[in-house]
Amino acid sequence: MNMINIKVAAIEQVTPLVKHFTFVNKDGTALPAFSGGSHVVVSLDINGRVHRNPYSLMGSPEDTSAYHISVRKQEKSRGGSEYMHENVAVGMQFKITYPVNLFSLAKKGRKHILIAGGIGITPFMSQIADLKRTGADYELHYAFRSPEHGAFVSELEQGCGTKFHCYTDSNGERLNLDELLSQQPLGTHVYVCGPNSMVVAVLEKARNFGWPENHIHSEQFLAPPIGEPFKMQLARSNKEILVPAEMSMLEAIEAAGVEADFLCRGGVCGRCELQVLETDGALMHNDHFLTDAEKASCKKIMPCVSRAKCERLVLDI
Amino acid sequence: MVLGFKQETFRDDYTYCNSPREIKRFPFPFAEDRYMYSVNIEPHGKGKEGSVFEFALDIDEHYVAECIDKEITLEQDPGRYESLSHMMDAQWDFVELSMESLARDYPEHFSLKKNGLQWTWENKPLGIKDTFTFGDASTLAMDPFEYMGRQAQGDFVLLDQRDETLYADAGFVTTQADWSLAFNVGMSWKEWHGPVPRVTELGVMDRALKYLLNLQLGSPVRRLNWTMTINPRLDTSPESFPRWGSDRNTVNADNVGDRVHLRVELQSLFRLPRSNAIMFGVRCYLISLNEIATYPRWAKRLHRVLKDLHPDLIEYKGMTKFHPTVVEWLANFDDGVILELGTQPE
Ligand code: FES
Repeated sequence: MNMINIKVAAIEQVTPLVKHFTFVNKDGTALPAFSGGSHVVVSLDINGRVHRNPYSLMGSPEDTSAYHISVRKQEKSRGGSEYMHENVAVGMQFKITYPVNLFSLAKKGRKHILIAGGIGITPFMSQIADLKRTGADYELHYAFRSPEHGAFVSELEQGCGTKFHCYTDSNGERLNLDELLSQQPLGTHVYVCGPNSMVVAVLEKARNFGWPENHIHSEQFLAPPIGEPFKMQLARSNKEILVPAEMSMLEAIEAAGVEADFLCRGGVCGRCELQVLETDGALMHNDHFLTDAEKASCKKIMPCVSRAKCERLVLDI
Repeated sequence: MVLGFKQETFRDDYTYCNSPREIKRFPFPFAEDRYMYSVNIEPHGKGKEGSVFEFALDIDEHYVAECIDKEITLEQDPGRYESLSHMMDAQWDFVELSMESLARDYPEHFSLKKNGLQWTWENKPLGIKDTFTFGDASTLAMDPFEYMGRQAQGDFVLLDQRDETLYADAGFVTTQADWSLAFNVGMSWKEWHGPVPRVTELGVMDRALKYLLNLQLGSPVRRLNWTMTINPRLDTSPESFPRWGSDRNTVNADNVGDRVHLRVELQSLFRLPRSNAIMFGVRCYLISLNEIATYPRWAKRLHRVLKDLHPDLIEYKGMTKFHPTVVEWLANFDDGVILELGTQPE
């Protein structure tokens, strides 16, 4: 996989839990342009173990001099976000993937409603730059817990003016989805990124109000859940390996020196799909990619987020 | 590398032919004696020096003549270039990709100077020099995609990605092979890649689409496709069928080596940065059977491939009328020796 070598140029504490990182190309040249809603996967070598985490690019896609990401410190961090917060310093170098967009704006959309919860604001930062550049009609609705957790609010107020609406939970402010989604003109697209409860609520409401499925967009990268350790066999590589509690199957495969495909590492894109040749237990599918029927068939698994509870699991890799 | 550009035609008197250098680098597609349709996608990384895979966009001795031929086709049928309004970002992505790669890979012939968004592009072989503002279409005499589409060999289609599929929402198509379908802007990937006989049942197209939806920036891919064309004609589109269709009836034992051409398409796919669209490039290479026969290994292999080609594919590739004549002619070169795997000429 082609990677980009970057250097950390600046770090800023944005809220008590969110840090903003600025990356520049290690050799000083321009970074590739990208499209609003893109993410990169950041590779970190933490005590000899490679962690790879996806983060949305936040800057303007037109600014190729630097990339910007924001990282929220996760309570149950598997190491990645904590390391970004505690150990990453200006001047450090690491590798990132080329930008990938799994949350792109509908170019033919007549109006765009963006709904963000908490750190879910990040993919919208670059989308807004694209919407403004093309002069598209949009609204941004941003909900967060309390004033100190409202990352980038003043920047958004300035940049988006009356198109920006924010809701501070601790002040009793609530986004009224019924009102928002029941009366939009034909050709409007809705985009949501935030906590699971918010994503589910928006999807459900939009469907109930009869929004066409291809006008509803969500991004929800899953962090690989921590689980029980289990063993698996990699048939083509002829290896038996252990998946420890706090490692994903994909990470365990990579740690064993076997090359595997991935793009999002969050159960969304489908690139990491593996064939299950044999299993005697239950597959715990955590992805948003496979259909329910595929999940039930026990023939495929997305190793970036899913796990298994079994004695025997043989994969075609 | 300094290329000498030939004066030749791809229509009427058909003066097109290949120099020995061009024959040697021809992307001969058959590594085995049997042809099986496959999607055979591979990374479009920097290939062997001098090969057609060396650079992102390949330019050869036919460059100037092909650009002139494009112009004629476009003049006769302006609909060969079309772009829907939401594709403007993709158009500029195309400009950036084509100008940057041509200037980097063929510095003797092309140059690009950037001063912020003020770009100056020089194309020496075609005698073009323009300064424009990147991202501002009013600073060019025509659409940015048309502007550069006229200055690169091959066809280009810009695919918008939405609803889990790809839509050909902009296209510059003047060298289309004789597939049964006319290209229409706005077509979905599946409509456009209409059924290939003996293929759809295997789900190959679905898998190819799934793969392309995840195509990554910085990791372009390519594949080869092939057919046969009578006379070195670039524009064998369904729209212009009346101009070339009857040529198929003119092939006989005396002219087959001269008239019948193997047509190989180097198809490349690039993810574009600003638009998240995909650029689909189809670069067409033509070689006459006489030219192929300058390398006996290729003549033998081509004979074996064509001899055993499934009738459905013969029909699909529009070869029914002249297929027996071609096989008979090629048989003269085939002594039956075992050929090792590989597409190399010798
Ligand atoms: S890497 Fe995207 S689904 Fe696993």
